[in-house]
Amino acid sequence: MSDVGAIVKPTFDAMKLKAEFPILARTVHGNVPLVYLDNAATSQKPRAVIDAITKYYECSNANVHRGGHALGAEATALYEDARSIVASFIGAQPNEIIFTRGTTESINLVAASWSSMMGETLKGCTIVVTEMEHHANIVPWQMACEKTGAVLKVIRVHDDGTLDMEHARELINDTTAFVSVVHVSNTLGVENDVRTICALARSVGALSLVDGAQSIVHHAINVTSLGCDFFVFSGHKLYAPTGIGVLFGRANVLESLPPYQGGGSMILDVTFERTTYNDVPVRFEAGTPNMEGAVGLAAAIRWFTALDLEALRVHEAELSERLLRDLNTIDGMRVFGPQTLHAGIASFVIDGMHAHDLGTLLDEQGVAIRTGHHCTMPLMKRFGVTSTARASIAAYTTHDDLDVLSAALLRSVRLLR
Amino acid sequence: MTIDQNINVVRQEFESFPDWEDRYMHIIALGKGLAPYNEVHLTDEFKVKGCQSQVWLHAAIVGGRVRFEAESDALIVKGLITILLRLFNDRTPKEILEAPSDLVARLGFEQHLSQSRANGVASVLKQVKLYALAYSMVRA
Ligand SMILES: Cc1ncc(COP(=O)(O)O)c(C=O)c1O
Repeated sequence: MSDVGAIVKPTFDAMKLKAEFPILARTVHGNVPLVYLDNAATSQKPRAVIDAITKYYECSNANVHRGGHALGAEATALYEDARSIVASFIGAQPNEIIFTRGTTESINLVAASWSSMMGETLKGCTIVVTEMEHHANIVPWQMACEKTGAVLKVIRVHDDGTLDMEHARELINDTTAFVSVVHVSNTLGVENDVRTICALARSVGALSLVDGAQSIVHHAINVTSLGCDFFVFSGHKLYAPTGIGVLFGRANVLESLPPYQGGGSMILDVTFERTTYNDVPVRFEAGTPNMEGAVGLAAAIRWFTALDLEALRVHEAELSERLLRDLNTIDGMRVFGPQTLHAGIASFVIDGMHAHDLGTLLDEQGVAIRTGHHCTMPLMKRFGVTSTARASIAAYTTHDDLDVLSAALLRSVRLLR
Repeated sequence: MTIDQNINVVRQEFESFPDWEDRYMHIIALGKGLAPYNEVHLTDEFKVKGCQSQVWLHAAIVGGRVRFEAESDALIVKGLITILLRLFNDRTPKEILEAPSDLVARLGFEQHLSQSRANGVASVLKQVKLYALAYSMVRA
């Protein structure tokens, strides 16, 4: 017999991977083993990333794009290598990658720079977001509206947590100047059809931005096939350090935007009469950048892409399914979002119990989840709750972790009933 | 008993529980027993800021002593509030204002509760003292 054509399911050794994360070996509250299920807030860092940062300071630290000495050249090369690594990770060109502090700063940069360029011409125009946005993709646009007289429009979310695409088609019209949408909701785990939304934006001559803070770690991203003008994410959710983030902007769009902040690096020539600005991307990177962050992000992407990503996706999908199944066995459970999880994020409440009470009791048992509004207050309002509990997985999450979560949840529920 | 003596009683009670589960069972039972809150006072005006869950605190002065009533949507918080109110209910404003400022630590809350819980209790305590301060000025 031949086994040609048999489906071989790739296996993923999360246990082995976990050993690469020093922090995951620690205990909390004395000697309770830690089960970290707050990965949508931030991921832990593998040894490879921690070592890369240490090595940067031990061997190569100097200011970039400046002093003509050996270390300066080395540090600049590492920083620009990092830019190239990020670019190829998301299918972009290096000159389309701007380093920022994170998703939040990336969105603020676009909103502030673009709205100051457009100014009063935006009066009466619309900026379109969705009801499931993180505050980071709401507030900068409200500020832009206030400055220009543009109006914020919000695409509705269905009861099952998916986006109302009919409403999207209605709202994205001739008056629309910008469309900014989240790829994967940090509260619901739902994946939006951003490709269609970006195409709609383009068809009416509007620019589009995709908030990839959550999708970057669970989906293969290609900015060209997404068809967006901007794509933003944070390093820290992708196993990289905090304080480093990415703004991808299509080259010709970036060229047209005025600077966001002024300072060193971003200039060509400064006199008190007039300053000429440097080319993109450095035009948008005023001041000494986060060099260790860029090095750490490059190390994280190298480490991540060396994993068997196909097997990892299968593993994460399995865990997501299992997480939902486990949760739904609990009496009075309400899981938000569609019942097929796309990104290992499950937000839930249990009848008669406050999410914070659940979070407190889980924490006593070593299980770290997030409770609260997850910086999506309009979405909370949409579903008539003030807070939810949220468990979220990462590559190092094991079935054992979910066993502990299940047992700890049952124990907590018993205490609270 | 003075507030100071009461603090020691609460702390001893707290430390008599062998593990976290018994401790929380106790807190939750207290929470379920918290006196009912007048719904009329369930407004933003009486909401305590700085808590992760929603907490309302209302006070009235009866015969020179402050009478508190409180509500929360979280059971553990209700339990902790019950403990606080046991210390402060029917005290004079002066007694309340003279209560030790490191009370949360002395109750053992910082040691035995998560940080956010201890912070929440501290926010409620601050509000308790603000009421006492207001009443002490009215009477002066
Ligand atoms: C969907 C989404 N957008 C934006 C953000 C903001 O990211 P950061 O705080 O790293 O800037 C987050 C992170 O919480 C997020 O999940």
